[in-house]
Amino acid sequence: MLSVCITKQRGAFHLDVRFDSPTPGVVALFGPSGCGKTTTVNILAGLLRPDRGRLSLDDTVLYDADSRIEVPAEKRRIGYVFQDARLFPHLNVAGNLRFAERRAARAGGIGFDHVVGMLNLQPLMTRRVHQLSGGERQRAAIGRALLTQPRLLLLDEPLASLDRDRREEVLPYLETLRDELAIPMVYVSHRFDEVLRLATHIVLMRSGGVAAQGGIGTISLDRRLRAMIGPDAVGAVVDGTVIGREPSSGLLRVRIGAGELQVNAASPPGTTLRVQLLARDIIVATQKPQFLSVRNQLQGIVTAVEDDGAADLISIDVGTDAEGGRGPSILARITKAATRELALAPTKPVWALVKSVAVRGVTSGGYRHE
Amino acid sequence: MIWLSPEESEALGLSLSVAIRSVAISVPAAVGVAWLLTRRRFLGHTLLDAMVHLPLVLPPVAVGYALLLLFGARGPLGAWLKSAFGIQLIFTRNGAALATAVMSFPLMVRAIRISLESIDRGLEDAARTLGAGAIDRFATVTVPLMLPGLLAGAITAFSAALGEFGAVITFVSNIPGETRTLPLALYSALQEPGAEHAAARLAVLSVTLGLAGLLVSEWFARRVRRMLGR
Repeated sequence: MLSVCITKQRGAFHLDVRFDSPTPGVVALFGPSGCGKTTTVNILAGLLRPDRGRLSLDDTVLYDADSRIEVPAEKRRIGYVFQDARLFPHLNVAGNLRFAERRAARAGGIGFDHVVGMLNLQPLMTRRVHQLSGGERQRAAIGRALLTQPRLLLLDEPLASLDRDRREEVLPYLETLRDELAIPMVYVSHRFDEVLRLATHIVLMRSGGVAAQGGIGTISLDRRLRAMIGPDAVGAVVDGTVIGREPSSGLLRVRIGAGELQVNAASPPGTTLRVQLLARDIIVATQKPQFLSVRNQLQGIVTAVEDDGAADLISIDVGTDAEGGRGPSILARITKAATRELALAPTKPVWALVKSVAVRGVTSGGYRHE
Repeated sequence: MIWLSPEESEALGLSLSVAIRSVAISVPAAVGVAWLLTRRRFLGHTLLDAMVHLPLVLPPVAVGYALLLLFGARGPLGAWLKSAFGIQLIFTRNGAALATAVMSFPLMVRAIRISLESIDRGLEDAARTLGAGAIDRFATVTVPLMLPGLLAGAITAFSAALGEFGAVITFVSNIPGETRTLPLALYSALQEPGAEHAAARLAVLSVTLGLAGLLVSEWFARRVRRMLGR
């Protein structure tokens, strides 16, 4: 468990951040620029001292104002990947990696060759920092942070300075990191698509405070998130289990709650597939539809009807199984007229027709999303 | 050096020896002072800054006189050094090195300060998160990154030390073979009737030495910049 409860005044800006996130796992600090994400991460790293509060990671207290505990940054064993990489310009890539390796608090853990192989750094070893592309810099910086054998890895918008292609080049490495190493991570981003691919737990930040926090499924339904990402990006994020391949269509069958979706992806049975069902792509029916081209249908029960400006957002629990437990929910955006005509209200059984499913990441068996 | 007279090569060798000693004394002190002035705020900050720059605005003779008062046989520091360590600075080449070090100190501090100020503090923070403590960070990140300024400062100070006159002659006098460096030899030649030819030779030697110093400094700076990828 990473437990954060700190306050800090910087000029007119007041930071008051409290959250707990499970370890190992990836907690994303998500919010607009200037909301205090980087300040929070600097406090976690020990580069900035909070005014008050407490920080702990599993059973180690890193900072406690009341009992005057403050582990200095160089003793925290927290790896930090900065937005601007901050590789040492007077050393080449190998030199940067060795700098970290020599100062690692313990031997063993992740080996030098393992890190080099995992991040594909071998071709870069003799290069100087100014001879690296943005993506290569970030990979080297990630490798350097890993070689300190950190018990927590902080990533402050590591992809922000990269263009789209470079981002796509680095993201798979971050996914590998999450799935292969059991190092807890704090991932700072203002891009929701990155958060979706990497995070297990989300802390929504707004103007120096925490607006909401929780697992990705819960937060994807949170009204405070909607205001941050805009109506077109609103939709439930659900982690489903791959159960096999449909022989006739070649599509992958994924169990979602009590139902099943067929998606165009490749992943072995048993793995977890994270899918995003955008609210604008869901059609609601009150009877089992027939004679339709839409193949993906989920049966569920309306749990809430919310006014969302021009339209209504309908929450549908699609997980109610034989035992009657509550499962994952999805969101549908429909017109207010449709809400009236279908008489949609909580406890009403409905069918949700899914026009498209976006696959937002795959995790192998070794690691489980919440 | 077959084309130099024994007196000339003696003066040249002495100049080089004094300049090397001078730089060796002032580099560590200048790094410390530059670090204090850029990274620390303390009472007397402005005063220290002014003290460091004083030799730039004082007549060199006044600096030499001040050294004489402090390090002379009856001066407080001079008497102590003599009784405690048997070190005598006055009338020696070590004294000449001290005088030139004091005179070129502001140049060195300025060069190091500029390069310290240009260092991205974020790199030192990065070193912290990699487990490097204060001394470790200073030695393995700060010093290599300020190397261009340090080298430029050292070479400029070295060249200035070769030419220092007023403070040297006031503090350690003009003793052949001990404190008669190139500029002092040049001055002596000019005092001597009929030694214009000797004076001209010494002047050409000084110009050549100064020029070489500047060229080497430029070459070093370029190399280090390339190493740091700037």
